Amino acid sequence: MNTFAKLLTGVAIGVAVSVTSFSAVAETPANMLVIAHRIDDVTTIDPAESFEFAGSDISRNIYSRLVSLDPNDLAAGYKPDLAESWEVSEDGKTITFTMREGVTFHSGNPVTAEDAAFSLQRAVILNKTPAFILTQFGFTAENATETIRADGNKLMITTDKRYATSFVLNCLTATIGAIVDKQTVMANEVDGDMGNEWLKTNSAGSGPYKLDGWKPNESVTMSSNPDYYGGAPAMERVIVRHVLESASQRLLLERGDVDIARNLNPEDIAGASKADGVKIEDELKGRLMYLALNQKHPELSKPEVRQAFKYLIDYEGMRDSFLKGQYTIHQNFLPATYLGASEENPFSYNIEKAKELLAAAGVENLEVEIGVREAQERIEIGQSFQNAAAQAGIKVNITVGTAKQILARYRARELDVYLGAWGPDYPDPQTNAGTFAYNPDNSDAAQATGLLAWRNSWDTGGLTEKVEAAVVENDRDARVQMYQDIQAEFRETSPFVIMFQQIEQSAVRDNVMDWSTGQAVTSAAYWQVTK
Amino acid sequence: MALTEDGGKGRARVSLPPWIKTTALTLGSIAVTMLGLLFVTFIIGRVMPIDPVLAIVGERASQSTYDAVFLELGLDKPLVVQFGYYIWDVLHLDFGTSLLNARPVSEDIARVFPATLELATLGIFIGIVIGVPLGVVAAARKGSWIDQVARVLALVGYSMPIFWLGLMGLLVFYGILGWVGGPGRVGIFYVDVVPSVTGLILVDAALDGNWDVFKDAFSHIILPASLLGYFSLAYISRMTRSFMLEQLSAEYITTARVKGMSEWDVIWKHAFKNIRVQLITVIALSYANLLEGSVLTEIIFSWPGIGSYITTALLSADMNAVLGGTVVVGLIFILLNIFSDLLYKIFDPRAK
Repeated sequence: MNTFAKLLTGVAIGVAVSVTSFSAVAETPANMLVIAHRIDDVTTIDPAESFEFAGSDISRNIYSRLVSLDPNDLAAGYKPDLAESWEVSEDGKTITFTMREGVTFHSGNPVTAEDAAFSLQRAVILNKTPAFILTQFGFTAENATETIRADGNKLMITTDKRYATSFVLNCLTATIGAIVDKQTVMANEVDGDMGNEWLKTNSAGSGPYKLDGWKPNESVTMSSNPDYYGGAPAMERVIVRHVLESASQRLLLERGDVDIARNLNPEDIAGASKADGVKIEDELKGRLMYLALNQKHPELSKPEVRQAFKYLIDYEGMRDSFLKGQYTIHQNFLPATYLGASEENPFSYNIEKAKELLAAAGVENLEVEIGVREAQERIEIGQSFQNAAAQAGIKVNITVGTAKQILARYRARELDVYLGAWGPDYPDPQTNAGTFAYNPDNSDAAQATGLLAWRNSWDTGGLTEKVEAAVVENDRDARVQMYQDIQAEFRETSPFVIMFQQIEQSAVRDNVMDWSTGQAVTSAAYWQVTK
Repeated sequence: MALTEDGGKGRARVSLPPWIKTTALTLGSIAVTMLGLLFVTFIIGRVMPIDPVLAIVGERASQSTYDAVFLELGLDKPLVVQFGYYIWDVLHLDFGTSLLNARPVSEDIARVFPATLELATLGIFIGIVIGVPLGVVAAARKGSWIDQVARVLALVGYSMPIFWLGLMGLLVFYGILGWVGGPGRVGIFYVDVVPSVTGLILVDAALDGNWDVFKDAFSHIILPASLLGYFSLAYISRMTRSFMLEQLSAEYITTARVKGMSEWDVIWKHAFKNIRVQLITVIALSYANLLEGSVLTEIIFSWPGIGSYITTALLSADMNAVLGGTVVVGLIFILLNIFSDLLYKIFDPRAK
């Protein structure tokens, strides 16, 4: 037995000695940015198809667009990027872009107006999920080559009617507006797919970074583009590591093995904020948390009942407890930081007021079903609402289900009440106005499942026309006022109880400067970051 | 090959050698098992309340986009037809393309399985090297302090949540002491430094002669492997102890002692020799469980293995990936079973 005891001791000492001989890295290199992030939502990096958050982050740093947003000055709106300037025709339907000279793709091919035309035509013809951002201007697979065309170093796009120029250009800052290298993409075309299969996992851009590799659920690596027309980025290499667990992200950050941790839960944010060399940066994001009342329900369609529900939300209580640091109170369909956003939040938690409104509507013993997707924060919001509603005499039955179960019923207009989240698709107010307050055909046959107003069977009254007017208004100030007016009316009349706007909290090493997740309007940018 | 005449009817029957029959039976058994496994997984995947179309197109998609993808995935066809198409592709070694990342599933599995294989192999090695001697010593010294230690270790191993233990290990050995590398297979300096030959970073680094990468990779794998090794150890040592106690109370052991044989020889040459077959089963099962991928360990340590791959795929309704992963896990179990059978025959003549 002594031999075994010696053997065990030997193994233990061997392991201890071998383990203690390693020391962890204390700090990432000065020219390298390492980010811990959940990137398991990346399904494709083809900009004509990509529509997820982490995928948009990749695209934003690899591809340039005709116009884009400056991460250091997002409030300024779109600025020239690959298009040096643009002119709008007298009828307001054609925008002519003049391309920047001397810019090259990562392949070395020059960026031309032909590439720009191809990129936009390709997105329209492929007609993937985000294609509506372009096709809403009347572009179709059939007319794409006539409505989007190149001539020398000019690119002309002609919309089906006059739109606010800011609306069109804002849409071109979205991921789908990325300009791809036609020659490289078409060299990889298979069965007429315009390079879609290839671009799902490869890149052909001209942006500040080149994609070195994407390993799904593992990492994304990029290296700086030394020939970037805006100047080579300070961070020569960017590594985004997929780290699912919040506590693991925090440990990596505090040990100095990553520069930024993007998915810390409130407990880990609180802990990391006390760590040496770590700072917490908050940015408002576009996601809104809301309740929607189906207007097919005879009681929920009464104006007083709609108003009553807006007083049955414990806004402050939730914000200061389980949503602490993650959401702020926001009661308008345009997220703060958007053009035309309103900061008016008139509703507060007031059971008595809700009771009065219900009594005025003649509603008693109301019982409704609320559909909630299986996400902890949503379930907790549902439970808080359930408690408040019970005090006002409303029985709320919570149905928790998967996306398939709940969304399918929501899209089929079957739920009494839906509790969910909505994020904007592109950085223009039309993105949310066009779904919350716009519903030209409220019939079941319209099947406008993409419109939230339709999903809730809400005839928006005059708001649909007001949204249509705002989207063609070219005077910026007038347009802002129009959206503020629409939101004021929406707050009072709509069956939507908008409650919260998301905050993204990044825990960042304190030597990292100018970090931007893109706020509500766009995605994360790496090229302006310094250490 | 022997031919026998069936004289009355003039037909010849071929009598195949036993090894061909055995092989044919084994292959047939594998094929039926795999078919059943695929069928059950396929059906579960289709009836579970996750919409693969929504997973691809997103909530915002128009009805026409939704319908186009629905047709593209062949979901309009009867389940049996869908399953038939899938089996046909699998027979051509085509597991399809991941619905969510657009890569061939076989490529994904070739990337994630070596990560699990490396971790599981080191884990089971630790489990065997410590667990077996510990179990033997505990049985030989029943009631002694080492037996008590072995029992406490096994009890803790059975009852401690792996998630908590993993986080604590990471906090202490990586966060506070800095003795080991953090989450991930290698540090950022060594990502993609050595060419991937086997997908096993330790092996690839050794083949490349890059000992810096080897040390870094070892510092990253040692903690999760020790964690898995500990849980295997708890099981293996307990089972070893139990098997040994049974043998040590047998009459032939008493006889051996009466004959004056040394305690070492009694334990190792007699008792231990007779538990090898049972131990092989225990170790093979433990190894197979580790090769399935320990999802929680992979999550805590950001280890891109097959466990988290299949789980993520399942939650995302990526059925091609789920089925591909299931085939691999099923094959592992079958191969380990066959390997165990072979070892039985080597160690136990009665099994031949």
